[in-house]
Amino acid sequence: MSLLKCENLSFAYDGVTVVNNLNFTVEEGDYLCIIGENGAGKSTLIKGLLRLKKPSAGTVEMGQGLKATEIGYLPQQTQIQKDFPASVREVVLSGCLNRMGLRPFYSRAEKARARENMEALEILDLQDQCYRDLSGGQQQRVLLARAMCAAQKLILLDEPVSGLDPVATRSLYAQIARINEKTGITVIMVSHDIDASLRYASHILHLGQEGQLFFGTQKEYRRSAVYHEFLGDRAVPMWKHEFPNRSGRPAPRETVEPTETERRVQIHSGKKGLHRAGKKAVEQADREKTPIAHDRPSASESGEQGDKM
Amino acid sequence: MLHLIIEMFSYPFMVRALLVGALIALCAAVLGVTLVLKRYSMIGDGLSHVGFGALAIASAMNAAPLAVAIPVVVAAAFFLLRLRETSHVKGDSAIALISTGALAVGVTVVSMTTGMNTDVYNYLFGSILSMSGSDVWITAVVSVVVLALFIFFYHRIFAVTFDESFTRATGIPAGTYNSLIALLTALVIVIGMRMMGSLLISSLVVFPAMTSMRLCRTFRSVMISAAIVSVVCLLLGLVISYLYATPTGASIVLCNMAAFFIYAVIAKIRGLD
Repeated sequence: MSLLKCENLSFAYDGVTVVNNLNFTVEEGDYLCIIGENGAGKSTLIKGLLRLKKPSAGTVEMGQGLKATEIGYLPQQTQIQKDFPASVREVVLSGCLNRMGLRPFYSRAEKARARENMEALEILDLQDQCYRDLSGGQQQRVLLARAMCAAQKLILLDEPVSGLDPVATRSLYAQIARINEKTGITVIMVSHDIDASLRYASHILHLGQEGQLFFGTQKEYRRSAVYHEFLGDRAVPMWKHEFPNRSGRPAPRETVEPTETERRVQIHSGKKGLHRAGKKAVEQADREKTPIAHDRPSASESGEQGDKM
Repeated sequence: MLHLIIEMFSYPFMVRALLVGALIALCAAVLGVTLVLKRYSMIGDGLSHVGFGALAIASAMNAAPLAVAIPVVVAAAFFLLRLRETSHVKGDSAIALISTGALAVGVTVVSMTTGMNTDVYNYLFGSILSMSGSDVWITAVVSVVVLALFIFFYHRIFAVTFDESFTRATGIPAGTYNSLIALLTALVIVIGMRMMGSLLISSLVVFPAMTSMRLCRTFRSVMISAAIVSVVCLLLGLVISYLYATPTGASIVLCNMAAFFIYAVIAKIRGLD
């Protein structure tokens, strides 16, 4: 059983569907980036996964005994927080509340946990400062530390780097990656930043206006038509990510053979891709080829959405 | 001056007013911090008007004022909270609808029964003399319960105030704590209304919090400062009210205004804000 399994998941506001028919699974230890244009419903999906919003159709299944009290969340900042008098320590500690049952006050263990997380995110020396006096990057690190206090298995991040300068952005990404690697906590992140998503994520979920365009591993995504269409000329062939070109010359465009997944996505979404080499030919190829090896067999049953890994 | 103050506290009703007033001021101040930060300041005002309606009906029926007002105002508080979450009537206009509606009911009932007598005047503007008999005991017990609940759930109240969606997402029943805040607010408004008057009670909720937020930078220090400011202003207000025969509620509000300006000036000098 996966940590999270979404089947035919849709969300609507006042009867207008904003997220349509999503199918994907998240396994323990994954780093999933949700990307897509504005208005594709990325934040809505995060709220749905957190049960803050009820799906209009489909299901979110939590597996492996995952409880709401084991989830950490880094929301987008609210207006209220911008002038809220609270010290960094008060904010971080409040992340520990979900493990306290009805006990009214923090114990030593919770204070130690908050301290560890502040140390890990390098905000320990700010702990007595007022949250609203901090820079944007520092505030995000405070909220990440709070989310870490709450997270035992899964952490969801809603555009954690929006409004940050490049240095703060890089350091926040590095810290999130470290959390994922060191503690094995599953990360689900909404991002506008496709380069960083490709660099750190193990899996990509790409949402478009008409629904799910791609779900699969990050390597597969780089070979996909969705990726090339989304980025246009900025698309970099796979080897470029592994051996960055330091000469400053533009990277030569390469045509990469489309994968099985990406062909299916094209057919499924009916979108015109870069490699629309004729649907019939692809379908023909599909019929002849044996299915490619799935590195995660559990998800392969939901036939239609062949982009599952 | 000193002998006047000693003389003032030789009257048992003044001592009662001071003790009960201090408890109310404490409750109002700590809850006020949460309400101001949650942008709920006007709820206190709306609820006090509902309280006026309830008191008017209670006196028309010759019932114990607080026994009628408490359940009615608590119900109104929950209703306002629900309305905020679900309805298309948005927060502040919902409060305006309910508070003016309740005021109209209250005024109508008053004019049909007793007419505008001293009792009604006291409901509107407050009086220390109205604090007597069973009301004092109810007030004392309710305010101790409010303080105890607030301290017990302090950290959770902080969490739902600072970030409700995070709290909800991490598996804490935020809705329950919002209801708790509504319940405590309703209780404080009702018990404070006798002393401060229904037109002025919301100042006891809003002023200390706003004053403290000029200077204090952490949630806890804002709480502590608000509690101290509130009690000190109450004390000064009572003394002024006794010395110059001014209305109690209004005198306390004037002290709170002075405190606000003092804090604002200090903040300016220190270069905060």
